[in-house]
Amino acid sequence: MMMLSVSNLEKSFHLHQQNNAHIPVLSGAQFDVAAGECVALTGPSGCGKSSLMRMIYGNYRADSGSIRISGTDVVTATPREVMALRRGTIGYVSQFLRVLPRVPTLRVVAEPYILAGGNEAEAEEIARELLLRLRIPETLWQLSPLTFSGGEQQRVNIVRGFVHPYPVLLLDEPTASLDAANRDSVLDLIVEAKQRGAAVIGIFHDAIVRDAVADREIDVSLFGGN
Amino acid sequence: MTDILRVNGLSKSYGNQIGCADVCFDVYPGEVLGIVGESGSGKTTLLRCLAGHLEADSGSVEFVLRDGVRRDTLTMDEAERRQLGRTDWAFVHQNPRDGLRMAISAGGNIGERLMAIGDRHYGNIRATATSWLERVEIDPARIDDRPSTFSGGMQQRLQIARNLVTAPRLVFMDEPTGGLDVSVQARLLDLLRGLVAELGIAVIIVTHDLAVVRMLADRMMVMRRGQVVESGLADQVLDDPSHEYTQLLVSSALQV
Repeated sequence: MMMLSVSNLEKSFHLHQQNNAHIPVLSGAQFDVAAGECVALTGPSGCGKSSLMRMIYGNYRADSGSIRISGTDVVTATPREVMALRRGTIGYVSQFLRVLPRVPTLRVVAEPYILAGGNEAEAEEIARELLLRLRIPETLWQLSPLTFSGGEQQRVNIVRGFVHPYPVLLLDEPTASLDAANRDSVLDLIVEAKQRGAAVIGIFHDAIVRDAVADREIDVSLFGGN
Repeated sequence: MTDILRVNGLSKSYGNQIGCADVCFDVYPGEVLGIVGESGSGKTTLLRCLAGHLEADSGSVEFVLRDGVRRDTLTMDEAERRQLGRTDWAFVHQNPRDGLRMAISAGGNIGERLMAIGDRHYGNIRATATSWLERVEIDPARIDDRPSTFSGGMQQRLQIARNLVTAPRLVFMDEPTGGLDVSVQARLLDLLRGLVAELGIAVIIVTHDLAVVRMLADRMMVMRRGQVVESGLADQVLDDPSHEYTQLLVSSALQV
């Protein structure tokens, strides 16, 4: 079953403040991702991998084309339709954690589950289990993750992306600053997500990680903007 | 889910000076809409027209009452609108002194709004005031103190308690974190976010602080010279701004 379908996607940046620079990012991007499949976006730095991922999440606009996810075209969707997709359907683990200061880690990671309609007690239970799996010591759970190390913040971000069983998962360098043990734990999470039928799209610079989870690679530089 | 507020063609000018022009948008229950722009962009004029503090020149501001009836609040009579301001609507001012009564106690500030909607039982009013002080993280032992003895952050939290105690369905906020220390801002934003989620209220928040919008708002509008120049999902407008003016605003914001 197709979970996500990208067709004829075009994107460029028009920077008014910088001599009206026009920077093409992607043109003619086209691919599908099936349930239970993990696709790795590849290509050199700056070729548009993260931009493509952000467009799928609705964080960047596309100029034309379509991104179909469970009956919604993200490109033409209203803000409320995108918000609904984000609540229950698309999970996104970005490279950097962005949360309100002073909110305890346990609440930060339980929140997406509650937003997706789950109850609070259940959310905390799943959050605890995932925090333990990714070796965030229990002594830190009542502290804001903004005080954590880079690797710990990344793991908190990953927990946020896996706490609800999103049918579509976007992972931007999820293992970039993790040690081997934590990397393996994240790989297990990705494999489990595939087994429950999630369509996973990832950017993995680490070839070991890519080989371990990706079924297929999509070279984003082939959709070069020019 | 449908809208609780629908604004159409709202315009206001001061002589030949445009305050806001042809503003259209809607808000659903539980949504936070951020309105940003620099000083003089018309964002506060717009907010004051919406809340009925200023008379708009044209347009409509339709609000859906508790019984489901949709009313244009611009054509309501004054008494009706004042009633709305005491019950379903709330307005949080930038300066807490504008939204609090400085000469009466903290508990009195909260209780006054309850009495305005007909609550007469002293014990109940005091109990509710106490519980709201706790919710906004003010020591209930301060209930009989005047807000003039509070810090700026405490006054702002008291103003929020005073506004939310009657369970309004729509809250207007004008730079609510404006004069506060950064540490207090974060606490206030967390509190607001929690209350919005818990109570399902709709919020329209005017601010020049893009970080506040990113943390609190679902959607945002960017205003310049009285016009809405860009609107959409808050993170999309901030991370991929398309209008020239939005690009300038976003690229000028300091990174920390």
